[in-house]
Amino acid sequence: MLSIKCPFCGYRSQKEFAYGGDGTVKRPELNQEISDDKWNEFVYLRKSPRGKHVELWHHVAGCRQWFKVQRDTVTHEIFQTAKMNEEIK
Amino acid sequence: MSQSYRLSNEGLLNRNKAISFKFNGKKYTGYEGDTLASALLANGIHLVGRSFKYHRPRGFFGAGVDEPNAKLQIQLNGHSEPNVNATEFELVEGIEASSQNCWPSVEFDVGAINNFLNRFFPAGFYYKTFMWPKSFWYKIYEPFIRKAAGLGVASIKKDKERYEHKYEYCDLLVAGSGPAGLSSAYAAAKNGARVILAEDKPRFGGSLLTDDVTIDNLSGKAWTDKIITELKEMPNVIIKNRSQVFGYYDHNMTVMFERTGDHLENKPKYTPRQRLWYIRAKEVLLSTGSIERPIVFGNNDTPGIFLSAAAKEYIKVYGVLVGKKPLIFTNNDSAYETALEFKKQGVHPIILDTREEHSSELIETAKSNNIQIKFSYAVIAANGYKKVKSALIGKLNKDKTDFENSETIECDCICVSGFWTPTVHLASQSGNKLKFNDQIDAFVPDKSKQNETSVGASKGTFTLKETLNDGFKTGFNLSKKITKNNNSTSTPNSNETKKNPHDKFWCSPLPKDKNYKRFVDFQNDVAVSDIEVALREGYRSIEHVKRYTTLGMATDQGRTSNLNGLQLVANVEKKIVPQVGHTTFRPPFTPITIGTIVGREVDMEYMPTRKTPMHTWHEKNNAVFVDAGAWKRPRYYKQGNENLFEASKREAKNVRDHVGICDVTTLGKIDIKGPDAAEFLNRVYTNAWLKLPIGKARYGVMLREDGIVMDDGTTTRISENHYHMTTTTAQAANVLSHLEYYLQVVWPELKVNVLSTTEQWAGAALAGPKSRGVLAKLFPDLDVSNEALPFMGYTEGSLFGIKAKIFRISFSGELAYEINVESDYGLFMWEKMMEIGKEFNIQPYGTEALSTLRIEMGHVAGPELDGRTIPYDVSLEGLVSKKKDFIGKRSLQKEAFNNSDRQKIVGLIPTDKKTSIPEGSHLVVNKDAKLPNPKLGHVSSSCWSVENNNPFSLAIVKDGKNMIGKKLFAVSPLKNSAIEVEVISSHYVDHEGKRVRS
Repeated sequence: MLSIKCPFCGYRSQKEFAYGGDGTVKRPELNQEISDDKWNEFVYLRKSPRGKHVELWHHVAGCRQWFKVQRDTVTHEIFQTAKMNEEIK
Repeated sequence: MSQSYRLSNEGLLNRNKAISFKFNGKKYTGYEGDTLASALLANGIHLVGRSFKYHRPRGFFGAGVDEPNAKLQIQLNGHSEPNVNATEFELVEGIEASSQNCWPSVEFDVGAINNFLNRFFPAGFYYKTFMWPKSFWYKIYEPFIRKAAGLGVASIKKDKERYEHKYEYCDLLVAGSGPAGLSSAYAAAKNGARVILAEDKPRFGGSLLTDDVTIDNLSGKAWTDKIITELKEMPNVIIKNRSQVFGYYDHNMTVMFERTGDHLENKPKYTPRQRLWYIRAKEVLLSTGSIERPIVFGNNDTPGIFLSAAAKEYIKVYGVLVGKKPLIFTNNDSAYETALEFKKQGVHPIILDTREEHSSELIETAKSNNIQIKFSYAVIAANGYKKVKSALIGKLNKDKTDFENSETIECDCICVSGFWTPTVHLASQSGNKLKFNDQIDAFVPDKSKQNETSVGASKGTFTLKETLNDGFKTGFNLSKKITKNNNSTSTPNSNETKKNPHDKFWCSPLPKDKNYKRFVDFQNDVAVSDIEVALREGYRSIEHVKRYTTLGMATDQGRTSNLNGLQLVANVEKKIVPQVGHTTFRPPFTPITIGTIVGREVDMEYMPTRKTPMHTWHEKNNAVFVDAGAWKRPRYYKQGNENLFEASKREAKNVRDHVGICDVTTLGKIDIKGPDAAEFLNRVYTNAWLKLPIGKARYGVMLREDGIVMDDGTTTRISENHYHMTTTTAQAANVLSHLEYYLQVVWPELKVNVLSTTEQWAGAALAGPKSRGVLAKLFPDLDVSNEALPFMGYTEGSLFGIKAKIFRISFSGELAYEINVESDYGLFMWEKMMEIGKEFNIQPYGTEALSTLRIEMGHVAGPELDGRTIPYDVSLEGLVSKKKDFIGKRSLQKEAFNNSDRQKIVGLIPTDKKTSIPEGSHLVVNKDAKLPNPKLGHVSSSCWSVENNNPFSLAIVKDGKNMIGKKLFAVSPLKNSAIEVEVISSHYVDHEGKRVRS
């Protein structure tokens, strides 16, 4: 069970969080023409990198904030967590 | 023969308290402080079980977690538990133990014929034999194997014991209370760290209880007591015995189980039997010690053969002799200590040492005690069936591949030592890749992947002095890192006897023309010959050899067999052990009960039960409840002898004819506030929201980005920047997370806040042509006319002084209202409605009638919005805006979503107008067609239409609307039914929607 540092609440057990997928995916702007390929890429295609991965977590059983986590997908080491308006270095 | 192997003046038992117990039906006595094993051994009982495959007689081999054989069935406090390790289970009054895997008895076991047929049971026997014919597996092979190769019998009765879970956090967790653990915990605690010290056994001290050493001029036991007493007084220390750290997970999360109840004769009522601890430690110190490994020889599984350290522990801790004519068989010095302990008790052991004649402090001590030592000797095979009677021994040749001679010597036990294996399980679980240390012929921890450190024998340090030095230093350093304090503790003086290096000899050669079984893994009955077969048949990877032979796969996880197995593979393959590699160590370290894992989360405590404020009323009025997620909802209100079908028909009919009342508290409610709320809703829902006036509600559908319908519900504009959203009961939590995601991650520039208010509001729906009459009487000051409060209107009123929200919305398709009051007034509101509604023939209705009403109206719900349908599929195209963008809109342009023959919603009635159509039925053209019969769609919801008095169903069918008027068959192989149905519109009742607007 991971120990995740919520940027708002501090360290909490994984039990309190929900995983939210790749944190680098940007939703296309509204009201823009977009090709089938680009849209499909946004909806369906995700990388599954070995090693460092920036992902989203949601503190569901806590402050209910979404935030960014940089985690190693092999060792589960968490290098950094950040609020949505902060950068992962 | 009462306790004839018990010593009168040795051991750490409470001799004042005798304990009687039963084993295989016979009564015995032991003392408080005994384990089942030590008490049986004190009574001269060695034969405790039959082996897994060959049903060979088996006895005790170890004195703790190392035990591979003595797994017993235990009856205690009215429950039965299988596979209990007799060497770990503490004796309590009234316990009944029995042998497993034998029939009719352990003394005479029919299955032992397998032993004489053993050439028919080679490695992979099951794989090879029971493959063919396939149909034999379920009926013949599997039942047979299960019966013959069983361990104990799991109880089918409900476990009435109490189990608990506990969460704890600390700076330093120390696993194991031997010299390494005690010194580290002490140094860290003295330096201000919050320490948890866990000891698996009932007694602290580990090897200090049995080794002949002194620390600060105190015996090992006395020093242990001193340190433990001091630690117990420190507020920053938690000390737990009977507590085993059995798992090491990510981010230094360790799991420990504590045996809190089984050793108590009169367990207090609320004391749990076992407790599971989740411990998150900043640092973990592994002082888990080491386990002696055996030397392999012929018939080495005969009862009466022990690990030499176990024999010593039985003397020193339990005051029990495992034999009175011991033969000590060793490749190292430590077994000499066992010999000396025997000697102290007036027993004369003979030592066989595989090493050539040499001298060490221990050897000289043994010699001066007149102990007979035979150097360059080994046991060839043990003699005796149910108990060792003698041993065939021989002098090894120069390269130890054969014997120069052989002779038989009498003995009643053989104590064997093949040196020590560090217990690296937890280190390995933490991610530490182990390395092979050829000084000790075993794996030791390498680089840490998490914050863990091994100290003492668990990392291959076998001298006390070094261990204490390392322990005090490591405990101090780790604590300093956390507490930043600098109070170091000096290492005490210690005395121990110096030991010479061990000999790499691990397996006695087989003399020519002899075929003694030489076991590597006792618990799974894997012999040297089995592993050789596997290698001959081409298995190379140790992981494959393990699975093919089942080596090390028993519940003891190969604690005494892994390294010997690896040695054998390495020898045959002409490799060295590190090249062979080791198999994976997995939690739990020893088996734990399912009860411990489950904890309190059983029955009512399995998940929270959500009840609406009106729940007590429902109960009093014969509601039959149904689970809706965690909620309990009335399914129907039973009158007299009604069944579900009759009751729901009555309730639904009453809504259509008069007025019904339904508890809708469980609907998800989300408060949405902020200047950009309208814009946000406009992006979330498929229809337009920017122009919704204050005091109006609107029905909306929200999609996922992939175009699939996620949820539907109404949202009402309460004031300029305040909206009240409702969701379905099932999706309430998901919708909230969804909204939060878009507000926080995708469009953080929108000034909107969302908050769940599901629990804050109690809701009741008034539905039916007479609902307005009830409403008018409930709110006499309010104009509730169709003009003042039209369909999809919203107003607020005072319900006998209580603020109420009134929504004119309808799920039933009738004139209907939903009224919300603060939860505390929910019951009051409900009772008032029932009281006032009496003259209007009001009746409560449950979810079954609710479904009936919405199905015949063609309103979609969960069964239609099943995570596969888009708005076009379920007649919601009118709600999809062509002008504005919204979540999931781009996906709706996908070609597959626009195929004309896509499955769409229709209605169905059986052509006989009588037979109800089972939900889930497949729709086909020809019910008798050859399989696979092409499926056109499926029945999603079924009801008995109270309006038309015949069955009606909703279905999702290929080419939807074009099928209307056609006849199909609804087939359900599960119900063995094939019903001819006619496809009609999904709006079966009031398709113009007049009633809701009336």
